Amino acid sequence: MPSPYRDDFRIKAYTFGEGEKTLCIVGSMRGDEMQQQYVASRMVAILKAAEEDGHIANNVSITVIPCVNPSSINIEKRFWALDGTDINRMFPGYDQGETTQRIAAGLFEFIKDFKFGIQLASYYLPGNFLPHVRMIHTGFEDIDDSRLFGFPYIAIRQPEPFDTVLLNYNWQIWETQAFSLYAGTTDVIDHEMADISIDAICRFMLKKGFTNSSIRSSISKGGNININVDVDDPTVITQDNLISIQAPHAGLFLLNCTPGQEVKKGDILARIMHPYEGVEISCIKAPCDGIIFFARNKSITFQNTLLFRIIIANSEQ
Amino acid sequence: MIQNVTSLEMPVDEEFRIVKNHMTRGKGKRICIVTGTHGDELEGQFVCYLIAKMVSENKQKLNGTVDIYPALNPLGIDTMQRGVPAFDIDMNRIFPGNSRGSMIEKVAHDIYTDLSGADLVVDIHSSNIFLREVPQVRISEMTASTLVPYAKMMGIDFIWIHQAATVLESTLAHSLNSTGTPCIVAELAVGGRISHSMCQRLVDGIQNIMYNMGIWSEQPDPSKIGESIVCEGADPVAFINAQTSGVFITDIHNDMNVSKGQSIGQIISPLTGKVLSEVTSPCDGFLFTIRAYPIVYEGSLLGRIYKDTTY
Ligand SMILES: [Zn+2]
Repeated sequence: MPSPYRDDFRIKAYTFGEGEKTLCIVGSMRGDEMQQQYVASRMVAILKAAEEDGHIANNVSITVIPCVNPSSINIEKRFWALDGTDINRMFPGYDQGETTQRIAAGLFEFIKDFKFGIQLASYYLPGNFLPHVRMIHTGFEDIDDSRLFGFPYIAIRQPEPFDTVLLNYNWQIWETQAFSLYAGTTDVIDHEMADISIDAICRFMLKKGFTNSSIRSSISKGGNININVDVDDPTVITQDNLISIQAPHAGLFLLNCTPGQEVKKGDILARIMHPYEGVEISCIKAPCDGIIFFARNKSITFQNTLLFRIIIANSEQ
Repeated sequence: MIQNVTSLEMPVDEEFRIVKNHMTRGKGKRICIVTGTHGDELEGQFVCYLIAKMVSENKQKLNGTVDIYPALNPLGIDTMQRGVPAFDIDMNRIFPGNSRGSMIEKVAHDIYTDLSGADLVVDIHSSNIFLREVPQVRISEMTASTLVPYAKMMGIDFIWIHQAATVLESTLAHSLNSTGTPCIVAELAVGGRISHSMCQRLVDGIQNIMYNMGIWSEQPDPSKIGESIVCEGADPVAFINAQTSGVFITDIHNDMNVSKGQSIGQIISPLTGKVLSEVTSPCDGFLFTIRAYPIVYEGSLLGRIYKDTTY
């Protein structure tokens, strides 16, 4: 698509292997999804090598789309800059509609026939996650397959009205087995969390038989992050075994923990400081034993802002 | 009386507040005028001013309650941003909110709770900065029987009855209508500007509604309350989208009848001096939307036409 003044808008896809449309991996869709872009680009390199070495199974084709929205990334805007719309709120798209509806329609037409889809997704709030796979409960979701990523946790949530315009939801409606993979961070590349996510995708491809040998041998064991991407029986997390911590006050936010960290009840997770007087306004402590699932990564907080999600320890059987 | 609807702390020495002007006398019904959900839509500001002035200067004509909420998104209006700055969210996609959610979800919840139970809520929007609209009311099919009579009392030019979309379930109007508080959404001309005459006409229309509800004792001059075109039926609207990216140039205005094939404008290339695409009407009908902002991408909306010509 031509722009009025800039270079043409284009979405590039890399396909490896030949045959049935098997797996599609979609990278960044918003202009701040650097980690998603990085993970997708690494998958291109890995799959290229795998193809050259003959490691992709017969009648399997795997497509990676590293970036759906170069136009926004290049000007450091999160959404489509002219009208502020979010491509991930436009699915299944409309080819006679507005610009971002057309982009979504063009993309969806190309990716809707794959049997499996992985979207490298980001959260709408600023913060970092323990890498995990997330599914929307539509009735079409397959928890068994999501176990194959080997992440210790799978998150399932109930659909909301806005979900009907997301890629993941529409993929499922069109009978693609869709997974949203949260690779830890969003606007900053984190090598360790990226490696964990890449290993998880490679493990999934191997277990599903899309690749016929382990195409990545080194499974990195993170330094202070306690994640093992080789778990056969992960914990399914829902609203019931997650506890949310919100900011009791606004102020400067000093984070004292990282996602994946085990915490004991009473451990100090963060401090909120008075922005002028340098004294502590409130001290955020772990309300229970557990593992940090989500942590805000901005240096200020508003009142009521979600700061942490913690997986309650005793809910793990 | 100015009241806080909600109040929360911001990080550095600032309080976030939603305020309303609560004007009450007698035991009559309650009407709420709300606007400023989208920070780039400003016409509701002048409408609020005119109604607050009318009511506060003529309290003896009031029998009931008029609540005026000029800014549901004060951060956005103050900073010329459509959405809520810092939260990167459309304020009209998070209702009914959540009392235990984030700051903005709690704000939405407090607004929704404060409006619930009113006899009528009028939610005033403008178009965005991209499109110029005929003053209109948009009503989903489900709520048409309740709301069309109010829209006609308002004397608004155009009433667009559309099919419900799931994604719109998180708007303020849907949240209120689906829980028993009637809410009518008026869209005025264009974002970022205030058209005085259009605002005055909407004020006359709201005054007429208040008169019919028994809240206001004075009827506006009936000659000021116009007839509405009601746009309904299956697929009643044709959309004109840009065939190419470029600069859209037009000589015509909306609020006019067009015939099939009639020129609406051109998309031109400043670099080559060539016309990239001729824009023509796909059908006979009433052109009620036209693009106001010239830079377009392929797909940008250029106009909307109500296909029925029998009104
Ligand atoms: Zn609006």
